[in-house]
Amino acid sequence: MSTEVKAPPTNRSGGEKSAEPAFRKRKASKTPIFLILPTIIILLAALGYPVIWQFITSFQKFGLKQQFGVAPEFVGLGNYIELVSNPELWVILGRSLLFCLLCAASTVAIGGLLALLMKRVGTVARLILQVSMLLAWAMPVVAAMTVWVWLIDWRRGVLNWLLVQFGIDAQGHNWLADPVTFFVIAMIIVVWMSVPFVALSIYAGLTQISGEVLEAAAMDGATGWQRTRLIIMPLIAPVLSIVLLLQIIWDLRVFTQVKLLQDAGGVANETHMLGTYIYQLGVGSGDFGTASAVSILMLILTVAISWYYVRSLMKEEN
Amino acid sequence: MSRKKLTTALFSILAVAIALVWVFPVYWMFNSSFLPNVVLQSTTPTFLPFGGSLDNFKAAVADGKFFGALAISLTVTLSTVAAVLIIAFLGALAISRFKFKGRKSFILALLLIQMLPAEGMFIAQYKMMSSVGLLNNILGLTILYTAAVVPFTIWMLRGFVAGVPAELEEAAMVDGLSRTQAFLKITFPLLAPGLVASGVYAFLQAWNEFTVALVVMTEDQTKTLPLWLRGFVQASATRETDWGMVMAASMLVAVPVIIFFLIVQGKMSSGLVSGAVKG
Repeated sequence: MSTEVKAPPTNRSGGEKSAEPAFRKRKASKTPIFLILPTIIILLAALGYPVIWQFITSFQKFGLKQQFGVAPEFVGLGNYIELVSNPELWVILGRSLLFCLLCAASTVAIGGLLALLMKRVGTVARLILQVSMLLAWAMPVVAAMTVWVWLIDWRRGVLNWLLVQFGIDAQGHNWLADPVTFFVIAMIIVVWMSVPFVALSIYAGLTQISGEVLEAAAMDGATGWQRTRLIIMPLIAPVLSIVLLLQIIWDLRVFTQVKLLQDAGGVANETHMLGTYIYQLGVGSGDFGTASAVSILMLILTVAISWYYVRSLMKEEN
Repeated sequence: MSRKKLTTALFSILAVAIALVWVFPVYWMFNSSFLPNVVLQSTTPTFLPFGGSLDNFKAAVADGKFFGALAISLTVTLSTVAAVLIIAFLGALAISRFKFKGRKSFILALLLIQMLPAEGMFIAQYKMMSSVGLLNNILGLTILYTAAVVPFTIWMLRGFVAGVPAELEEAAMVDGLSRTQAFLKITFPLLAPGLVASGVYAFLQAWNEFTVALVVMTEDQTKTLPLWLRGFVQASATRETDWGMVMAASMLVAVPVIIFFLIVQGKMSSGLVSGAVKG
């Protein structure tokens, strides 16, 4: 990427230097607003409207008829009451939460360990690991899912062949037929996809740590573990908390992977998570009122889960 | 000292082993795409594509739909990257270099927006796009993608901007540069790795996105590559899946991304900042 920049006209020479602070103060009050204006406009246009629509729709009976122009009927909390008295929602909610927490925790743990490993090995080994991470990260979700479905194919997939080589009788076993193994497979795939981003982000954080500080600590007699715990950990803590927060949010709304595994032979009704449940309600059954209510619940849940992190991140903004 | 070398060697072996496991699915796509279906149907996998051919690729693009989808995907992705970089860079600048009223609310809003479940919005986004006539429209999809990617990109860039110490800029200003000059000449070049990383992030998001495209690009002529691939797999699954051809199709979707990645990979390493501070 070119970083060529044209030198701006030098309209302020040394003589004006004494006026500099006042100028900056005046400028500081307006410049940032112009800087964030484009962000605000695009977010309001593309996300603000849909969220408001969704919020309103969650209080309406909005089914197939409304798709053809019949005015929606206001039902207050009707959709929500219907939902919370339905045990199916609670099962799906529990399943999604468990899946999300297991995935996010494993992803950050593995990613962190791999980042430390990258720091610990020689250039060649590090580059090999980084390139393999980049390749996995670069895979488009739909392409990656297609390969994974082929890897776990019950007739001729590599997974079953490999298990047979290790003496496990997996010949012809369909891992997607049982909800438990379905989720183990889904988890492996989601973690496989997510770790590269986490590992490379944490590694980038590690490279920002000055080598001199670590050398000084080593000279003062700090062991490797002490250096990791007392210097590296506090310095990369912000990176760690941000990637953990993002993983939790992304894993809670995981959709494409579950959907494509369901298409490949999973039992849809027993493997729904929040994302696919909303899709099923909205696109499958045309019940947009209930689908919007689940979406709002999902949003509230996401905010609740991450509230502690958001608060601690905001504290850093002081 | 030799013990240290030994542990480093052991760690290196471990790193390479992990790398091989991680990259295996990608390799498997590559491998299978060159093998004829007869070979893939044997119960023992073939691990090297010896004697392979490009027949699967020829078959995958035979109906010509691939090139249309490629053009759509490229246009949408590149427009998104450009829009995201400009918008997010300005936003990141505002929150990392300026104190202003509403800054905290703005950051909080970004964090919250990052959490909005996309699956809960696509029906509403579809309705909005259809009411303004932007369904099956490259501009419409670009707008949705840009909005989806901007919040996180601001986060990312903000870290990079904050990572360039303001004292570097101040030092330049002491040396007689204006604030704008100091920013453009000192800080901006140091931000290149951050801009590249953010651009890569936006590129991947837009190139790989599936759900929103599925909803707003409903016509065959406006399908992006992921939609084309899904349609391709579905069409193949109605018979017994021709895995060779499906893997060739996956390759066609994934390879531009992989090439792009390998080009920018070197630039993503960011030793630049610590070097500048040391000197």
